[in-house]
Amino acid sequence: MPNAPVLASLPLASTGTAMSLRGRACIAGAFEHPTRKAPEKSTAQLHAEVAWGALQDAGLSKDDVDGYFCAGDAPGMGPLSMAEYLGLDRLRHVDSTDIGGSSYIAHVAHAAAAIALGRCNVALITLAGRPRSEGQATGTATRAQNPAVPDDQFEIPMGRTVAAAYAMCAMRHMHEFGTTGEQLAWIKVAASHHAQHNEHAMLRKVVTVEEVVSSPMVADPLHRLDCCVISDGGGALVVTRPEIARGLKRPVVTVRGTGEAVKTHAGGYNDLTFSGARYSGARAFEEAGLTPADIRYASIYDSFTITVLIQLEDLGFCAKGEGGKFVSDGNLISGVGRLPFNTDGGGLCNNHPANRGGMTKVIEAVRQLRGEAHPAVQVKDCTLALAHGTGGLLGHRHGSATLILERTA
Amino acid sequence: MSYSERPIQAPIPDPTTEPFWEAATEGRLMVGLCRDTGRHFFPPRGVSPFTLSPNVDLVAASGRGTLYSYTVMRTKQPYIPAMVELAEGPRIFTNLVDVAPEKVRIGMELRVAFQATEGGPPVPMFAPA
Repeated sequence: MPNAPVLASLPLASTGTAMSLRGRACIAGAFEHPTRKAPEKSTAQLHAEVAWGALQDAGLSKDDVDGYFCAGDAPGMGPLSMAEYLGLDRLRHVDSTDIGGSSYIAHVAHAAAAIALGRCNVALITLAGRPRSEGQATGTATRAQNPAVPDDQFEIPMGRTVAAAYAMCAMRHMHEFGTTGEQLAWIKVAASHHAQHNEHAMLRKVVTVEEVVSSPMVADPLHRLDCCVISDGGGALVVTRPEIARGLKRPVVTVRGTGEAVKTHAGGYNDLTFSGARYSGARAFEEAGLTPADIRYASIYDSFTITVLIQLEDLGFCAKGEGGKFVSDGNLISGVGRLPFNTDGGGLCNNHPANRGGMTKVIEAVRQLRGEAHPAVQVKDCTLALAHGTGGLLGHRHGSATLILERTA
Repeated sequence: MSYSERPIQAPIPDPTTEPFWEAATEGRLMVGLCRDTGRHFFPPRGVSPFTLSPNVDLVAASGRGTLYSYTVMRTKQPYIPAMVELAEGPRIFTNLVDVAPEKVRIGMELRVAFQATEGGPPVPMFAPA
């Protein structure tokens, strides 16, 4: 017989007696690669270029780096292959946690934890990839069956795709809550309003609700314009101890709250109307000592429009089922609505390097907190920002990571 | 268009799932049963997803279910991925067959309809009951 759980009485959001990461680390450097198509570069080279960019931004050298973080997009044996290429020879701490596109948001928390424990002082996190140059039909093709992955034999023959995994969530959300395609379209409209100011964005044209819902259907009820772009590129972050960050020349962006969660089919009892953000968000807000009402800007993972809507509900920006109303009428547009989101244009319009959007979510939050977003989309007095990601497949198994950042100097 | 003309990749069984696929070949849908909790689960595996206990069995399902959610993949050969809630409780990721997309309704009654694959055991898809 299984043992009864000893810790069953702990609430899901509780961090228990653990040490808080609040204020224990800062993001000192951030860099987004300007490329959106890089057939002439290798994935390792893109990792190197974003590492250089983030260290230049921070005013640090590669020889200051003693912690390195990467995920499944890094070639070869992750930290080993990349340490070789980047010439990182002072590493004391490495972490290759892979929870899909949300990995890099989790890496910031893991870096903060490592820094708090004294296991490293300067942590470098990199992401890069070239799905566009490699011609991937990222969202609509069924990937090859891996016999070692237990779910593949049950799901791959069924034609599992990324688009279908998210579309089934949208369909169920519409069924339970009356959410409409027009409401989802508002999310793309808001992203496009922001992307028009980003010279690097893949889609800079402002679109209307009508244009979104009349674009070709990809996976009902998601249209082509409900989907994110496929792009090459990458990004990197440098996380340091607060005392090091305060000695650098950049504005100080401090980790205020962090949370992670994994959501699965749970043996066949998966509710597709919510995501792991319900747990990761609660954990991050608890650690931060804040509520959603305190957040001035939010980077919300936008693989599809429905991803944004479900996560906004789960993070507590509105009640479950109210997401459709919340995102409508420009409520996510900077300078117009109550919650400016993805002011770089997000994955929906700007960039989705390596099919993993968590890194760019953190980078734009850092820009906002530093006051370095495009003036047309910069949020006034932006002192508290949130970055949240879903990695994997919303309608199957996924990882969620939430990060709350604060401008402290 | 029948939405069931897509060539279906053969599932690759592993040692723990061979009995499931052997039953599928005989047209029987099996599900996991956790003997400690009495709850059914899917996909079947060698442990209970509720307790991690190895006290599990593979048992026959009725093959009846209702539609929990679906989509229509508008690819060259369109098809209808779906989540079907089995009468035994668990939801299974599958496809709908023998139904036009405009006739599909969440909550509709369904029955299992095994579909041939390319050189492997048939897979459990669902058709209107």
